[in-house]
Amino acid sequence: MPTIAKTGNEAMAEAMRQIDPDVVAAYPITPATEVVMIFSQFVADGLVGTEFVAVESEHSAMSACVGAASAGCRVMTGTSSQGLQLMSEILPIASALRQPIVLCEVNRALSGPINIHCDHSDTMAVRDFGWIQLFSENAQEAYDNILQLVRITENEKVRLPGMATTDGFIISHCMEKIESLDDAEVKKYIGDFKVIKSTLDLDKPITLGSLDLQDYYFEHKMPIVEAMKEAKQVILEVGKDFGQRYGREYGLIEEYKLADAEIAMVALGSTCGTARAVIDELREKGVKAGLLKVRAFRPFPAEEIVKALAKVKAAAVLDRSDMFSNQGGQLCCEIKSAMYDLKQKPLLTNYVYGLGGREISLEDIRKIFAEQQGTASSGKVKQAVQHFGVRE
Amino acid sequence: MKKNMGWKELDFGDSVNAGTAAEFHTGDWRSDRPVFHKENCINCLFCWVNCPDSAIILDENNKVAGIDYRYCKGCGICDTECPTKKEKRALTMEPERK
Ligand code: SF4
Ligand code: SF4
Repeated sequence: MPTIAKTGNEAMAEAMRQIDPDVVAAYPITPATEVVMIFSQFVADGLVGTEFVAVESEHSAMSACVGAASAGCRVMTGTSSQGLQLMSEILPIASALRQPIVLCEVNRALSGPINIHCDHSDTMAVRDFGWIQLFSENAQEAYDNILQLVRITENEKVRLPGMATTDGFIISHCMEKIESLDDAEVKKYIGDFKVIKSTLDLDKPITLGSLDLQDYYFEHKMPIVEAMKEAKQVILEVGKDFGQRYGREYGLIEEYKLADAEIAMVALGSTCGTARAVIDELREKGVKAGLLKVRAFRPFPAEEIVKALAKVKAAAVLDRSDMFSNQGGQLCCEIKSAMYDLKQKPLLTNYVYGLGGREISLEDIRKIFAEQQGTASSGKVKQAVQHFGVRE
Repeated sequence: MKKNMGWKELDFGDSVNAGTAAEFHTGDWRSDRPVFHKENCINCLFCWVNCPDSAIILDENNKVAGIDYRYCKGCGICDTECPTKKEKRALTMEPERK
């Protein structure tokens, strides 16, 4: 297993090279540009057999992906922010057609105002489109998540499209040491693409995406509901198998020093790394602090999160996005709704933070944990939703 | 196709067998109909290529034989595309209700 230095974007492009998909249709956008730029170089150098479709927009990119997947191809693409929003008309079609398209998504704030830095509002905005969503803490996870997504999305019980995300610039452009697999091992790991239906099968001609009104539309949405249920188990199985093969096991969530924790932080993506460092400090001082990292946002691991936080007195849920519903961020809202039936609930404070790439420092995390200690001892949440780190 | 199927009975991935449009007679709501005048037809097949409902009938020699009024919706595309000259039109549009 070679150890190499790669940025998050390079790691994703490397995974794409090793997967060698049949078709990639993509349009560049900061900070995801490099993913497809590096990959297009692989195409030009003849290192992959991929048909690369250089389209004129992300809407066309996702449309071409859907077309290619319908024909029976293994398909990948990459994008970010406004690009993902421009794709969004086509994203729910990909899931309704049950196409295992894999998308390298780099989290970036949505315009406006225009901004190129990290927050999660782009990925959160497309959370209800029937796509699997995995968040990565670092470049290694970005690489591993892309490889696993091929297995997860192509699993016959799932057959839904999926995106693995990195945090713009924080992961996408920072160089880290990662362990990659050998090319031959990746080939073996992902296996051959299995075609279920193809628009190019002349012996069994099909119509895809026909008009579906009051009589059948509802029925056609149910398989997505069911596949998302199955996806939970498949993500667990694939993550476990990955651990057995390559030593890095993955789940729907990850707990860090959480088993005996009294106060906790719940977060997505790169902020988890910062939280770990503070938790180590606090533990040395005897403070029972822990982290719950949410890796899969879709499917949402409701039961797992409830179980993991069951014994915690107070938890800070960090959202790098706001829903503008007066309810804070998406992650906290989903966690609160998952806890509805609990008799004894942990005290949750939602911190909306880091919008447009605003830095979250060790000192910030220390402050949030200190507030959790206060909440745990007073038994009262001071302010249920806070916009943390914003100037008034 | 069976009526009122449950979601578990549906084909995979919002797909259906091709060719089901044959069950729908789109000619029901036509307000103008194309009329074919064989003597003026030069068999360029422009009408056949452009008809959106495959309603131009060809004979065994691939020559235009008429219009399939079960499916012709009266859009007039065939009439617009037909290159024949004014006095010797191979296709003319006529109102259904006189
Ligand atoms: S009127 Fe339209 S539908 Fe009818 S035959 Fe001509 S092109 Fe086809
Ligand atoms: S377009 Fe006119 S001339 Fe050409 S085949 Fe059709 S009816 Fe005949």
